[in-house]
Amino acid sequence: MDNRVVITGLGVCAPNGTTINEFSDAIKQGISGIRHQPDLETLNFSCQIAGKPLLSEERISRYFSPLELRNLNSTGIIYGVIAGLDAWEDAGLNIENNNEPDWDSGTIFGTGTSGIDKFRWAINKIDALEIKKLGSSVVIQTMASGVSAFISGKLGLGNQISTNSSACATGAESILLAYERIKTGQASRMLAGSTSDSGPYIWGGFDAMKVCTFKHNRDPEKGSRPMSATASGFVPGSGAGALVLESLESALARKAKIYAEVCGGHVNSGGQRGLGSMTAPNPVAVQRCIQAALRNAEIEAHEIDLINGHLTATSKDALEIENWKIALQLPDDDFPYINSLKGMIGHCIAASGSIECVASILELSEGFIFPNINCEDLNPDITALIDAKCIPQTVIHQPINILAKASFGFGDINACIIFKKYPHE
Amino acid sequence: MNREEIIETLKTIIEPYSEDAAALADIDENTDFIKDLKINSANLVDIVLDVEEKFNIEIDNDSMAKMLTVKATTEIIAQKLEEHAGQ
Repeated sequence: MDNRVVITGLGVCAPNGTTINEFSDAIKQGISGIRHQPDLETLNFSCQIAGKPLLSEERISRYFSPLELRNLNSTGIIYGVIAGLDAWEDAGLNIENNNEPDWDSGTIFGTGTSGIDKFRWAINKIDALEIKKLGSSVVIQTMASGVSAFISGKLGLGNQISTNSSACATGAESILLAYERIKTGQASRMLAGSTSDSGPYIWGGFDAMKVCTFKHNRDPEKGSRPMSATASGFVPGSGAGALVLESLESALARKAKIYAEVCGGHVNSGGQRGLGSMTAPNPVAVQRCIQAALRNAEIEAHEIDLINGHLTATSKDALEIENWKIALQLPDDDFPYINSLKGMIGHCIAASGSIECVASILELSEGFIFPNINCEDLNPDITALIDAKCIPQTVIHQPINILAKASFGFGDINACIIFKKYPHE
Repeated sequence: MNREEIIETLKTIIEPYSEDAAALADIDENTDFIKDLKINSANLVDIVLDVEEKFNIEIDNDSMAKMLTVKATTEIIAQKLEEHAGQ
């Protein structure tokens, strides 16, 4: 029989909070983590604002040995390790005295690219004919799986250790991959999550594509405007989110705190056919992904209380709402609440899905709906589709039972997960 | 720089790479980096980089391959320092 899968630990390194408590408070209050970035201004970026987690040297030094810190130049690995180890500790899992690997625990920790600053440094050394000076730290920080390798070594994980990569769907996909592993009985606990580097070398390509806003360099906190009539492109972000997934059996046996249940989900692609392309979603695929996720989770559309959208603050936001509406086939007066965390933290690329899922799990377990910020001027194309009351602009404290989370990525790929409140009886 | 001084400097270079405090305290000429100090073999290249920087010498690939013990490493450093002095 399939295992039921629950979430027992959370960790986060977000632009508006680097501990679960700080992050939970920030998202309830609608606190923005978007700031002006002097380095982007110096480098003539069109978009000179971004979301970056704020971490002190002292905090970082609690997670890495002095030797590891010596040549550490991969923000993604730092964010991922901090979020991952915090989630493990939050789940009440001990890492002391485990001389034997934990054969029943693994990690799927995704990223788009790893250690881009380290990679730049290495390339400059090689071109300056100083290949020997690279030392031993380049490969482990620039291999895509660097983050999962660092995490698994620190925790002593002995089950599957892997890094998935599916653009902006990476974080949501990591959770579904971990979910399948536990559901099918191949692992008892999986640390799922994803991370994304900070800085000009990761964000530059998006800036050049003109998909980021250039209108808010002087008012950064107003820059990321999902669902707003004045949305003018996304604000790049960075960070990491981590979730401990565990079989219900294992969680109950060790009397772990249970945040929520993963009911199921789906991943698919539009094949870059029809309206789909490398950068645009095929709406049919998005709708099918949402519907297949519901079927997989055995949940009816009308049961959804809250949607955590992808909603990046581009012209595509209205199309996403239309896709949800077509997929769910609900009467006009019965559309669920919908929110987007990107108004507060920007688009954290590969980390977006996992950070947004951490927010979603907090909403389910604590019973609140975080506010959408910067959409006081709602896009009329959106209000033509759904009632404005579905898009709360102040926090709502109320129990929610079913939450649907979706992430979409370049390459015309989609992921949708259905989470459920765990009834503590 | 005499042998003893080279070994003393070498000790400070090696220290961050080993977590075995007892073995670090007992370093002598016969200490083997991997067997005695449990240093990760991948870090041997980093130790060589630190040696090059600290002593202001260059270590070729053949010499590098021999730098597995305190004794061999000290000899190579002494020899390179001597070559350097002769230039």
